[in-house]
Amino acid sequence: MQANTLSGGFTKPAAQSAHAFRRVLEAMARPGTIQDIEGAAPPAPMSPAMGAVLLTLCDTETPVYLAGDMDCEAVRTWLAFHTGAPFVGPAHCMFAVGSWDALAPLAVYPIGTSEYPDRSATLIVERSELSVKGATLTGPGIKGQTTLSVPDVDAFQTNRKLFPLGLDFILTSGARLAALPRSTKVS
Amino acid sequence: MKDTVSEINPRKDWMGLMAKAPQGRVAALLDAEISRPAFTWLRAPELGSTMVRAGATGAAFNLGEMTITRCALTLDTGEVGHSYIQGRQKADAEAAALVDALMQTEMASRLRETVLKPLQAEMVTAKAARAAKAAATKVDFFTMTRGED
Repeated sequence: MQANTLSGGFTKPAAQSAHAFRRVLEAMARPGTIQDIEGAAPPAPMSPAMGAVLLTLCDTETPVYLAGDMDCEAVRTWLAFHTGAPFVGPAHCMFAVGSWDALAPLAVYPIGTSEYPDRSATLIVERSELSVKGATLTGPGIKGQTTLSVPDVDAFQTNRKLFPLGLDFILTSGARLAALPRSTKVS
Repeated sequence: MKDTVSEINPRKDWMGLMAKAPQGRVAALLDAEISRPAFTWLRAPELGSTMVRAGATGAAFNLGEMTITRCALTLDTGEVGHSYIQGRQKADAEAAALVDALMQTEMASRLRETVLKPLQAEMVTAKAARAAKAAATKVDFFTMTRGED
C-alpha cells in the first residue's frame, strides 16, 4: 500500500468539512454562482474541488459511481480510505463522478420516486473550466437571471421536465465549484 | 462479511493484540526499545464507536457498541501504519499505528521480541490470574441436589 494514494485528506476534518459543506450549500442555494472550495488533495485525475465535495458528502451509506477515467486504482483506494463509500454501477449510485462525456447517458441514473424525490443521484461533473459566461439560468435562488458555462443545454432541459424528480449537478473545476439543482431552468 | 477468520494473518494478530492492550502498555514497551521515527498523519487520531458482533454455536448477533480510537500514519520511508484500538486513547492509537508501520520494516523481528511477545505474555498472565480468582469462588452444589432419602 502506497502512502501517497492515501494522503490528501482533510487535515482538520471538523472545520474543513464544515467549510466545504457550506460552500456546496451556497452553490446549490444560488445556482450559477462559483464557489471556492479547498482542503483536499486527491490523486489525479480528480480535482481538489471534487475531492473536497466527496470527502464532505460521502460515507459508508452513500454508493458512488466512478465514471470513465475516474475509475482507477488510485481514486478507489483514496476514496475507500477516507470515506468508506461503496462503489456501484450508475443505476444504484447516490453520487456519480466523472467528466460529462463519461457520465452520459443520463437516463440510467436514479431520479427518485414520487414518494421520495430525494432518492435520486447527484452528478459531480469534472470540467476543464468554469465561467459565468454561457447558458442562461433562471429559477429558485436566482434573482432575475444569470449565466453559467454548462456542458449541454438540452440535457438540463430534459432533466428539468422530470421535476420534482430528476438529477442534481455539481460542476467542479480545479478548486472551484458551481451547482445546478433540478429546479433550475437552463436556456 | 465474514464472522469467523480461519486463515493465518500475522498482521491481523498484532493489530488485534494491540487493540486489546491495557492503557499505555504499547507506548511504554515501544519507547523502552527505540526512539520514535518521524512520521506524518494520514488520519489524525479520532474517536468513534463500533458494533461488536459475537457468536459461538448459533448465528452471530450484535453484542453492543464500544468506543474505539483509530488513526493512520505513514513513516518517512513510506510504510503505512493503521490502528483501531479500544477506548478513548489517542496516545495509544499513535503508538499502535507506529508499531504496525515498523512491523513492515526490517525492525519487525526486533519489535516482535521486545513489544509484541511481552505484551501477549502479560495479557495471557492477566487472563489466567483473573480466571484463577474466579475459579476460587466456585461453589459445588452437588450434595444439595442429590435428593437421596
